[in-house]
Amino acid sequence: MPSAEQLVESVREWLERDVMTGTTGRLQFHARVAANVLAIVERELRLGGDQAVEHAVRLAQLDCADDAQLAQRIRGGELDDRLAEVREMVWADVRAKLAVANPKYLAAEPAEEA
Amino acid sequence: MDELAEPLAALLGAGGVTDVTRLSGGASRETFRFVADGRPLILQRQRAGDVRDMGLEALVLRAAAAGGVPVPELIADSTDASALGSAYMVLAAVDGETIARKILRDDLYAPARAALPAQLGAAMAQLHTIDTAGLESLPATDQVQQYRDVLDQVAQPHPTFELVFRWLHANRPAPRPPVLVHGDFRLGNVIVGPEGLRAVLDWELAHLGDPMEDLGWLCVKAWRFGSPLPVAGVGRYEQLFEAYEAAGGGAVDPDVVRWWEVLGTLKWGIMCIMQANAHVAGFTRSHELAAIGRRVCENEHDLFLALEGRW
Repeated sequence: MPSAEQLVESVREWLERDVMTGTTGRLQFHARVAANVLAIVERELRLGGDQAVEHAVRLAQLDCADDAQLAQRIRGGELDDRLAEVREMVWADVRAKLAVANPKYLAAEPAEEA
Repeated sequence: MDELAEPLAALLGAGGVTDVTRLSGGASRETFRFVADGRPLILQRQRAGDVRDMGLEALVLRAAAAGGVPVPELIADSTDASALGSAYMVLAAVDGETIARKILRDDLYAPARAALPAQLGAAMAQLHTIDTAGLESLPATDQVQQYRDVLDQVAQPHPTFELVFRWLHANRPAPRPPVLVHGDFRLGNVIVGPEGLRAVLDWELAHLGDPMEDLGWLCVKAWRFGSPLPVAGVGRYEQLFEAYEAAGGGAVDPDVVRWWEVLGTLKWGIMCIMQANAHVAGFTRSHELAAIGRRVCENEHDLFLALEGRW
């Protein structure tokens, strides 16, 4: 029986193989967007479980139950004495989100021009 | 759209209006192209429910034209809805390209790419030295507070943005006398010919504020459209700053521009959240908008990169 990931993959492949090649203009553009959306779902199905565990570990290290509490404590200045650590944790979360949403963006990391 | 031809001819005193074509339907306004007595013109008509005052935008366009900023000539405008059903502006049509990716990639625009950093800097200097007398009714909202409020209304936790808000508060540039700021100065909102800048468009976010806001916004990563060059994807920071100073815009402090670039990156992230919410909340069901919500982390990553070594 195909997994959820395989089902989504099959629809994405159909969009790429048949719909995008058989359409033009806005419809083709929206088919490409749809294929990208399904690729995100595939990566989340593949990586999401491990990422959720890692996210929970990071939150626990900062003594926060969830992102809402973390955001509130940053805003309130309660983590000001641990900001370097907090930034590292939050950036790690951002990289995890990028690994699902757009891994190419993470790979690119162009050097900032001075 | 033919129903617009007769009232347009009447308000312009034209013998004939033809070829009325709808160009785009943004959230706040509709844009049409048409021909009046052989002259190509643009109609911008406000949508119902948009709270912005198009009369203010017309005022700004006149001030910008008088100040030497390249803008489309304003032919007619009114906030009276009786003629065309809502407030409107009629502008001269300016030939050229607005699509950023074409300007950044097509061979035709190679000379434009070389000329644009200096032209954009000079246009900004002209804009920022316009006398603000008569423009007092423009908004002068604190940008940090404005986007703080927007994020609070969204009511989603975003630890990255909270870190950046703290940095913005801690590193806020010294206040300076407010000038006329365009508010959305970037590729996409300018008309470019093969030789370079032809007109600055889309003045609906114009306000009074810090001139460095425009310079910072022009350098936001999203407006580089994948190019490694920081200034609108076409130039280096020094090219912009030198042209701005040479055109009389005053001394540029790169750290202040960077502060505004960081705020601009944060603003764009919050705008992406809003776009995705338009789908999630059901106002506009669209997988394209939903997908934008997953691009917010790109923006967060840009913020970390921009602030590395600056925290």
